[in-house]
Amino acid sequence: MIYKDYIRVLNVDMASERIYIDERQDLMPYLGGVGVAAKLLEENMRADLPPLAPEQPIVFAIGAMETVYPVITKVVAMFISPLTGELGESYAGGRMGMTMFQAGFDAIVITGRAVRPTYLAITDTDVVFRDSRVFWGTGSGEVGRHIREYEQDQGSKLSIIRIGEAGENLVRFACVSVDRYRHFGRLGLGAVFGSKQLKAISLDGNRSMPIQNYAPYFKVMRELYKKATESGLMSKYHDLGTPVNVEPLSAIGALPTLNLQSGTYEHADKISGEEFASAHLVRKLACVGCPVGCIHIGSYRRTFAEHGYEYESVEVGYDYELIFSLGSYLGIDNTRDVLELIEEVEVCGMDAMSTGVALGWATEALEKGLVGLDDTLVDLKFGQSQAYRKAVRYMSGAENEFYRNLGYGVKHASSVYGGEDFAMHIAGNEMAGYHTGYAAIAGAAVGARHSHLCNGGYSIDQGLKDPDIDIDDMANAILEEEVERNLYNSLIMCLFARKIYDRDTVIRALSAIGQELTDEDLSAITKRIYATKLRIKKALNFDLSEVRLPKRFFETPSMHGKLDEARTYEIIERYKEMIAEMEAFT
Amino acid sequence: MAKILRANEMSKCLGCFACMQFCACVNKKNHSLQKSAIRIKAPGGISDRFVAVVCQGCSEPPCAEVCPSNALTPRKGGGVNQDPKKCIGCRRCENACMGHAITYDMEEHKPIICDHCGICANFCPHGCLNMQEVPD
Repeated sequence: MIYKDYIRVLNVDMASERIYIDERQDLMPYLGGVGVAAKLLEENMRADLPPLAPEQPIVFAIGAMETVYPVITKVVAMFISPLTGELGESYAGGRMGMTMFQAGFDAIVITGRAVRPTYLAITDTDVVFRDSRVFWGTGSGEVGRHIREYEQDQGSKLSIIRIGEAGENLVRFACVSVDRYRHFGRLGLGAVFGSKQLKAISLDGNRSMPIQNYAPYFKVMRELYKKATESGLMSKYHDLGTPVNVEPLSAIGALPTLNLQSGTYEHADKISGEEFASAHLVRKLACVGCPVGCIHIGSYRRTFAEHGYEYESVEVGYDYELIFSLGSYLGIDNTRDVLELIEEVEVCGMDAMSTGVALGWATEALEKGLVGLDDTLVDLKFGQSQAYRKAVRYMSGAENEFYRNLGYGVKHASSVYGGEDFAMHIAGNEMAGYHTGYAAIAGAAVGARHSHLCNGGYSIDQGLKDPDIDIDDMANAILEEEVERNLYNSLIMCLFARKIYDRDTVIRALSAIGQELTDEDLSAITKRIYATKLRIKKALNFDLSEVRLPKRFFETPSMHGKLDEARTYEIIERYKEMIAEMEAFT
Repeated sequence: MAKILRANEMSKCLGCFACMQFCACVNKKNHSLQKSAIRIKAPGGISDRFVAVVCQGCSEPPCAEVCPSNALTPRKGGGVNQDPKKCIGCRRCENACMGHAITYDMEEHKPIICDHCGICANFCPHGCLNMQEVPD
């Protein structure tokens, strides 16, 4: 906790509706954020039980510099992923970090299953278990409005995180929505909520937190604010936002298209960042404490009756990852249909990337006759957004056996129906929007949570002049970044700001809020956190040697041309050797 | 010429709350947004439009009129000056402000009063808040 020598943990048992608060000095060597969350997950998880067992914990943590510096906005959630069966880790911004900070909780651990649908109302002075039977079955936007009303929020700063229908139905990649436009998207936290009958959490806090060393603090704060707003390092995230990447990635052959049958999309120009901005962009928003404002809101008009000129205006948040997964990946060639699909996925409360990749696989499985129309219920074809909209509903509603299986992810679905070669997941997590080369694929395979953000392999690929670099060098580059990101994620900064916060800046910023740490200390912290993750993965029986990648990764040329399958596995094996001794680090 | 704060471009607001953070930081030496004299609200949640609830800089400030101890006095150019030593914490000013711009600091037992210092405008990244010159 800021200015204290302990981490303040709120423990919540949903079953008994009891809470207790710990002040944990022993967690200080983990700094905050992902470090604290990983340790708490390791302590509380039950490796002997399935991911959705009532005993399994959900851990949230804020970072060591949460909210007090610019762009330090994220909250980490850790859990056992019902999608991969192993380490679950996901980040979201919005108002949640600020409200946890002001409520005075560095971490929240939730265990047990509520006797009835419940939402938790957490403030600095109380934790209330509210009956949510009436909200069970409501969409993620609707339930937010009800809770805001009930908590009598005047629109100041309440944070509301909630699940939609998909989470209730235990879709393995259901997400948790945060303040409407942000998400704990990946790896199925929404299903873990659902398994606990936990519909939502509202958070608010009004603690006074006097600044202890004003002059040095303000100096660093002002300097960082100027860097974030004036240096130009972050302007691309504000201007067109992440969709600026759609066309360039397609041009270099790295934009996954038509279930990765291609890395280039012939209609990329029709779903580009420029196209979204000129046709739909109506607003930009920011997470609390971020002067950049990367959240892009697009609006489109929808009719809800065939006669009588009945229309509504729909506003949807859009980003690169959603445009890839619900756009190029499914052959949707216009911005409006992409927005409409995003909206559908948002209301149901699913991870957009996994949803798109699952639909891409289902489309080909139907085309190849592995499944029939009596399974898919609609004629799934690339480019047909209305069929996909229905399929999203079927998936979220677990409509039939096929959609229930699809809701377990493409790894599972392809093990039932076949088509493993084009079921595009990496160790059970559906692929992200970068077919850049070896580092993207091997990086996600070795990454602790199999996300493209574990070590940014796609970024390593894009920085390479020679894609055939030595296997050792490649594995090393991935490992270095994987370990270093534990520092960002213990603070918890938005990864967009990583160029602003170099090591020296982090040391000065921490010092100004009373944490004196050296460069060596920070290195030890990153290793300690990574070791914790490795121990968790080991306890959950994850073995890198068992990772099997779908063939299509090696058939469809990447931005660095066709990739060699054997070489990819060699990188993974080399990485495995490198980390063999690391889990013992304390 | 005196300057007063105008929240006159709020349609551009990102909801980053930098104004609140810097107001609380500079004026109250506190990390808590509760200490800020300006508050950004979206009455219907984040999908709603943001409004700034802040001192409007009245030329005949009702808050000063009801202050029984002269802790609040009219300021040149609009708004009020606050002398915390004279404040007895009666909270009359809070009710008198029709713009709901005054909140009460439960810790200090004093109202939180905007003194139009311009810090919020200075750190607004999107040009929503501006300092305007007004005749004294």
